[in-house]
Amino acid sequence: MEQYSEKVMDHFRNPRNVGEIENPDGIGHVGNPMCGDVMEMYIKVKENIIVDAKFKTFGCGAAIATSSMATELVIGKTIDEVRQITNKVVAEALDGLPPIKMHCSNLAEEALEAAIKDYKEKLAHKKA
Amino acid sequence: MKTIYLDHAATTATDPEVLEAMLPYFHEHYGNPSSIYSISRISKNTIENAREIVANALGANSKEIVFTSSGSESDNFAIKGVALAKQQQGNHIITSSIEHHAVLYTCKFLEKNGFNVTYLPVDNNGIIKLDELEKAITPQTILITIMHANNEIGTIQPISQIGEIARKHGITFHTDAVQTFGHIPVNVDDLNIDMLRISGHKFYGPKGVGALYIRKGIKITPLIHGGDQERRRRASTENVPGIIGLGKAVEIAGKVMENEATRQTKLRNEFIRTILDNIDDARLNGHSSLRLPNNVNISFEGIEGESILLNLDMEGIAASTGSACSSSNLEPSHVLLSIGLSHEFAHGSVRFSMGKHTTKDDLDYVVEVLPGIVKKLRAMSPLYKK
Ligand code: FES
Repeated sequence: MEQYSEKVMDHFRNPRNVGEIENPDGIGHVGNPMCGDVMEMYIKVKENIIVDAKFKTFGCGAAIATSSMATELVIGKTIDEVRQITNKVVAEALDGLPPIKMHCSNLAEEALEAAIKDYKEKLAHKKA
Repeated sequence: MKTIYLDHAATTATDPEVLEAMLPYFHEHYGNPSSIYSISRISKNTIENAREIVANALGANSKEIVFTSSGSESDNFAIKGVALAKQQQGNHIITSSIEHHAVLYTCKFLEKNGFNVTYLPVDNNGIIKLDELEKAITPQTILITIMHANNEIGTIQPISQIGEIARKHGITFHTDAVQTFGHIPVNVDDLNIDMLRISGHKFYGPKGVGALYIRKGIKITPLIHGGDQERRRRASTENVPGIIGLGKAVEIAGKVMENEATRQTKLRNEFIRTILDNIDDARLNGHSSLRLPNNVNISFEGIEGESILLNLDMEGIAASTGSACSSSNLEPSHVLLSIGLSHEFAHGSVRFSMGKHTTKDDLDYVVEVLPGIVKKLRAMSPLYKK
């Protein structure tokens, strides 16, 4: 089996922020074209700061751990700061991923991006 | 924590008795079987004895057994060897879509080198249709290679009928018996088999040794050229300890096989029933009765196999999966797709394969922890909305 770091296993064993947010400010729903996995990311935003994030993931250990880590990293950050959180940042925060599993961390980045896009669209909608 | 090893289809632990039989052949009787002095005669004789044991188990003649380095080598040898030997006669090979990669990729290789290959589809249980086999045969067909039982879903093919069809048309029939030999009876005459692949480590023998049965009269071109070993069909100094170990493993299998097959079949059926009774939206993959005694393959809707395995591993249970996430090419198992499973269901597949040391207690423990694991992962899954 893939050798995962202790951090990955920790987030896999006890994933943080699993679930859905009621009335979220943004939802990102993405599929992984590589292996067919699916991730959903929910965010709650107050005054441009992400105050809560939750996820649901159908995927491997790396996919679950990166989603979990991604939610931890974004909570408390401003929308602009969150842009810096790429899949590499998430993977590094987990002490790295096996090379074949790097694509799973893309999923977390994309889900986050999609959630923020959704948030911005909703915001524009409200203003309009 | 005790390990509950349920991946015997991948490999088995070498039986201590097998290991003991092998040991003297590393340092005591180390002679090269091809030499003429007495220490070599000892290794030569014991190899021949092992050959006899393997042949007897198959209902074959010892001259029809070639020792190889592995099951994969045996498949390569059988398929490429016959293709090369018979290429003047024809260039068509028939196989199935659910073969082991050692067969599939060997066929793909031959396709790139001027051969035509038909990959027969299978039904939802993983069984080929005999009339489709019959229809696929052309005057060009030189080889049919179809596995005895599938390593992932455990489905057993109607081998003797396939062999009969091959014989009727004068086509060589090879079968990959890696999952069956040593576990259920395999007699080459009863089953109309011309060539058959064996691998030592699948039934408590050592890794790195296999054999190929080649019926007398079948023409085959060697893959490994060099010395005169194995009646000039495979050069290289014999893996004496490995061959001794293989022989010993066959001998032991012969004694325990019948009881074990009955015992494991009973355990298997109970295990399947309890899992399906206790976990919703789960399905058995493969045939319910035409199935290896030790194989259980179940898909759990809405969750992914690697994460199930990691959770099982945390409980000390070793199993395997056909999920795309745990394959090196990120494709779901070709076997599960061939039996009509959706990508999603293939993702959620777990194979448990029992062995002779597996007890009912072991399986009870799995049944105890599995529902919780499935529940936890489903709560996390965006695809499972129930
Ligand atoms: S989600 Fe499929 S490999 Fe990671």
